[in-house]
Amino acid sequence: MTTQTSSVPVVQLRNIGKTYRTGPVEVAAVRDVTLNIDPGEFVAVMGASGSGKSTLMNILGCLDRPTSGSYLLDGIAVAQLNRKELAKLRNKKLGFVFQNFNLLARTSALENVELPMFYGYPLVSLRAQRQRAIRALERVGLGDRYRHHPSELSGGEQQRTAIARSLVNEPELILADEPTGNLDTRTSIEIMGFFQELNDSGTTIVMVTHELDIAAYCKRNIVMRDGLLISDCPNENRRSARQERTRLDQEEQKAKLV
Amino acid sequence: MSTLDYIRTLTLRSSLTSLIALRALRRNKMRSSLTALGIIIGVASVVAMVAIGNGAQVRIESQVAALGQNLLTVFAGSRRSGGVNSGLGSASTITLADADALRRELPDVLATSPEDTATAQAVSNGRNWSTTIAGESPDYLKIRDWKIASGSMFTDHEVRGAAKVAVIGSKTANELFGPLNPVGQTVRVKNIPFIVIGVLTSKGAGMGGQNQDDRIIVPYTTAMKRITGDKYLRSINVQIVSADRMAAAQQQITSMLRQRHRLPDGSDDDFNIFNQKEIADTVNSVSTVITLLLGAIAGMSLLVGGIGIMNIMLVSVTERTREIGIRIAVGGQPRDIMLQFLIEAITLSLLGGLIGILVGVGASRLVAVVADFSAIISSGSVILAFCVSFVIGVFFGFYPARRAAALDPIDALHYE
Repeated sequence: MTTQTSSVPVVQLRNIGKTYRTGPVEVAAVRDVTLNIDPGEFVAVMGASGSGKSTLMNILGCLDRPTSGSYLLDGIAVAQLNRKELAKLRNKKLGFVFQNFNLLARTSALENVELPMFYGYPLVSLRAQRQRAIRALERVGLGDRYRHHPSELSGGEQQRTAIARSLVNEPELILADEPTGNLDTRTSIEIMGFFQELNDSGTTIVMVTHELDIAAYCKRNIVMRDGLLISDCPNENRRSARQERTRLDQEEQKAKLV
Repeated sequence: MSTLDYIRTLTLRSSLTSLIALRALRRNKMRSSLTALGIIIGVASVVAMVAIGNGAQVRIESQVAALGQNLLTVFAGSRRSGGVNSGLGSASTITLADADALRRELPDVLATSPEDTATAQAVSNGRNWSTTIAGESPDYLKIRDWKIASGSMFTDHEVRGAAKVAVIGSKTANELFGPLNPVGQTVRVKNIPFIVIGVLTSKGAGMGGQNQDDRIIVPYTTAMKRITGDKYLRSINVQIVSADRMAAAQQQITSMLRQRHRLPDGSDDDFNIFNQKEIADTVNSVSTVITLLLGAIAGMSLLVGGIGIMNIMLVSVTERTREIGIRIAVGGQPRDIMLQFLIEAITLSLLGGLIGILVGVGASRLVAVVADFSAIISSGSVILAFCVSFVIGVFFGFYPARRAAALDPIDALHYE
């Protein structure tokens, strides 16, 4: 698989820094990070807790502003935008997947997936919203469960709903923050499978994880420590979720026979 | 994106946001209805208080009007002997000649009825009843805007002849004759037989609460000669040509009577003039003040209801912090979030307002039935109550909504 170097990078970070001020102490959560992510990449951001990877994700997600450096998202300088413009940008260019799924409770899977379209400009018709939401749910294999509320869905199904929500507006970039953190091994592989499928069809994905197992499914691994980007390398022996699942099935079969 | 598209998007999104708000309210039925209850009580009491106040005012006005059109009453002064004051009308100062002079010489005077009253026992065939005997002129009915229910009023001819005829009130008729038709019957007062020639229509309680239907009206000549033996009148009822001449007429009557009674300048009048319009105005202003006061108290409860809405909306924003975080993350703009919570607050208070109007109308109807009193629901107060509840929703919903819109998405998404 080749990266499309010819087009504009989805993410261009130049000397990004973020310092928090808690009382008299200044804490540098992210220090001087420079990073390009091209369309079609699948990046894992790793690091221990406190390494600054979450802060970096929040900056990438336009939920937080860097205190220094510049950030171009799909060629757009984010620093000059106000809250309203940032909201529009997130709505159009970004999809979010969270560790704790962050679905609206007491609202059906379908309506959860419709949510980003609700805030879109121009607003597409309700019928078109419904059709697009159903298509997104079908893509993650939930075409028959869209009337269910999150409480009636398994963890894997909830995360698949969240993935459907993240891709319904056809964003340039999907940001996933520990998406498998609350899931068991089998479900984690399943979720990584969906991400790999999405990536194969051209979607750029950046994922935060502290599990090497999970990072192994990505194409490029970035490691952070103390706010610094200390390692950035392509993943040579990338795992395939499909093969992993087959292996897992075989292992279980063996365990049963014994 | 064209302006038209933008407007269309905004409209559609606002209506969808309203749906979300409604759903949130439906989810917490108990809480929503208790919150709305504050507004319901406030609006209901405003509507009911104003309706009852208006009803009272109209009732007072009709009682004042029942006194007669443009009526001045000239009472004789009070008599004081040996430290005992016998009260208004007891002095011997006003004569029949005074009454005649008023009618003949003052162009503003339309009609007069000299009045001499006494309380006496009236006796019919087998029954008796203590009542007011009032000597009047035939113009009395016109002055008091009173109608004959059956029979007829006595005439000037009968006044000149001091005829022994009587027109009786409906209450008196009932007490003395029961179901019988009193017209043509005889009633004896101080052993003098009077022929009943007419029965008055019912007028109900007067301004002071006394029953106006309990009286026997006879020609004033008859009353003075045969019942009281008075040479002087107790009072003169004077009807003035129009409402705007009342004050002027009062002046003229005063100066004329002072002249006739030869009162030196600087001395007190030996009579009193009651101006029906002045009384009406006083009573009206009092009842307006009472209505305003009741409305203000009811308005206070509306304010308390509004604070209740603000309180619940703040709780709701806190509870739904994560939801707000999600909405902001997927592209909800501050304005969208603000609108959602504002609409929720407005819906609560408008709903409360609507129910409150219904309850208020119901309550004032109930009061009307129970207290035999007509409460007047003005469309103005209903519209005002509705608008006020809208304004309360906006006012008390604004702060919580702004707080929701200002939430930091990162904190909100991690809120437990």
